[in-house]
Amino acid sequence: MTFINTFATRVFYAIILLMAVLVLNFSLMHMAPGDVADTIAQSMGGADKEVLDAIRTDYGLDQPFLVQLGRYMGNVAQFDLGHSFFFNQPVTQLILERLPATLLLVISAQLLALFVGVVLGVYSARKPNGIVSHFVTFFALFGYSAPVFWTGILLLISFSLMIPILPVAGMRDVTIEGNFWVHFIDVARHLVLPMITLASIFLALYSRLSRATMMETLGSDYVRTAKAKGLSERQVVYKHALKNSLSPVITLAGLQFSAVVSGAVLVETVFSWPGLGTLAFQSIIARDTPTILGILFFSALVVIVGNLLTDLALRLVDPRVGGKG
Amino acid sequence: MTTPLLKVENLRIELTTRDGVAPVIDDLSFELGQNENISFVGESGCGKSMTALAIMGLLPEKIGRIASGSILFDGEDLTKASPARLRAIRGNEISMIFQEPMTSLNPVYTVGEQIAEVIREHQGLGRKAAWDMAADLLDAVRIPNARGRVSDYPFQMSGGQRQRVMIAMALACQPKILIADEPTTALDVTVQAQIFDLLRDLRKDTGTSIIMITHDMGAVAEMAERMIVMYAGRGAEIGPVEQIIEHARHPYTKGLTSCVPHIVSQLTEDRARLTEVPGIVPGLKDFGKNMCLFASRCNHRTEECLSARPPMKPFENGQIAACWHAEDV
Repeated sequence: MTFINTFATRVFYAIILLMAVLVLNFSLMHMAPGDVADTIAQSMGGADKEVLDAIRTDYGLDQPFLVQLGRYMGNVAQFDLGHSFFFNQPVTQLILERLPATLLLVISAQLLALFVGVVLGVYSARKPNGIVSHFVTFFALFGYSAPVFWTGILLLISFSLMIPILPVAGMRDVTIEGNFWVHFIDVARHLVLPMITLASIFLALYSRLSRATMMETLGSDYVRTAKAKGLSERQVVYKHALKNSLSPVITLAGLQFSAVVSGAVLVETVFSWPGLGTLAFQSIIARDTPTILGILFFSALVVIVGNLLTDLALRLVDPRVGGKG
Repeated sequence: MTTPLLKVENLRIELTTRDGVAPVIDDLSFELGQNENISFVGESGCGKSMTALAIMGLLPEKIGRIASGSILFDGEDLTKASPARLRAIRGNEISMIFQEPMTSLNPVYTVGEQIAEVIREHQGLGRKAAWDMAADLLDAVRIPNARGRVSDYPFQMSGGQRQRVMIAMALACQPKILIADEPTTALDVTVQAQIFDLLRDLRKDTGTSIIMITHDMGAVAEMAERMIVMYAGRGAEIGPVEQIIEHARHPYTKGLTSCVPHIVSQLTEDRARLTEVPGIVPGLKDFGKNMCLFASRCNHRTEECLSARPPMKPFENGQIAACWHAEDV
């Protein structure tokens, strides 16, 4: 019961937060120089002031700021994010077409980083002076300091020139035909490099953190109790210590989720991954205001949902988080 | 004479520290009989807990090791047993309760699961049977509404209740030996008395031998048959509790027993001003020197004490004391 209440409160705050994001985004875009009229005029090959004014009247851009904002918010409430002049499509449709690709990349990269990070962290915590531990420390520093687009380009070069075993661009091969699994494997093959690139930064973070928390947990009293019960090393480490070490890692993963989403923009651009990132890049270049606003809105939505999921995961791992205490 | 359940002979444990290797337990020997309760007493840092951890095979990895001596449990030398064999004994035939009930239970599992786990591990019971047994054990350690509380998490319990859970866990497999390392230090005085009561009753019911490590002389007098006074990693005095309290043969034991306050408002001849043992336990680097390590704090000190380690002198009444002047104390 309390759980449902807390969850409902969380969702309520999330909606308020989304509205604040909308207002802020809209205001920022409004303040930026240039508008849709310029873009349309550009695509027509130039226009004089009269034509520009006519376009502005058509799209309601001559109205006061607050009127425009109110109209925009009203439209968003009805899931209408406007019309993209550059792509000549409704923005909602445009984004929903691209969203799955981004979600696939972001979620798989985040899961890969978490899984490998925790495995490396646990392993090196058990042998703090072993070779793996030193490797993790070095790799963490490297992964964290190397810019994600640089890692991406490096992988791109190595896999296109030196070991051409994986596709380096796009998400699917249009020449391939076959049933679901053929396409599944095709997408998976395309996913490998962007996923590894995006995961590399976060993997470093998670492995460092899980190494540190795991070392602390392994020295704790209840781990000694578990050993005194005569449990095997595996049970002591993976049942008793690991579950206690996970909370900080999950918390960090939740905090980093927004960073993963923004990292995806760069990775998608490097690997021509047809997701929101590429779309954002194109629409910013084209000054396609409705599309940019739409993407910002969806990114905020993804991050907020990600944080809600983090909360849920924490509850599963640690009964002390908002439990029945 | 029956063979003792546990026989520790000439045990030497070395700790590797920054200053080199120090013998935290130096040539310690003692025996524990069936259904006997012995107590280890002494100040902090005298090696009481180390002895317990050595018996459990839980010395800190890479730092502590058994350098020589033997720990014979039912005739089997635990210092030579394989890790798998030690795991089979731990929690099953020898179990231990720790000083810190607040942190000794895993916060993310229910107490029932933590008790049931040890039963499943050693008795091979199924999930349901082990869980039911966990509830029975909680009832046996006098936690009210045991059936309802078995699915509680440790954070929902008080310190005294958590220590009861620890006791239930330790007794789950009816061990032959229960090691209690300062089981009441972190608890309220009233709760302390309840825990001691509980331990005494459980011992009566189950016939488990108990090794109790404590600072509490009152508890020793009440619970134990024999006591071992430890000082700086060495046995200072061993013998029946009543005799030692009556007439200690080691100046350190004498110091410890006269430290115990009695609740008497007026100072009388029976109850003189409370005394203390002056000074502190020597640092680890002094452990293992061939001299009496208590000499610096002792008012019986002579040349002999500083030049050679005193041997364990047995007395006719069963007391053994490591003091050059044991006869005169």
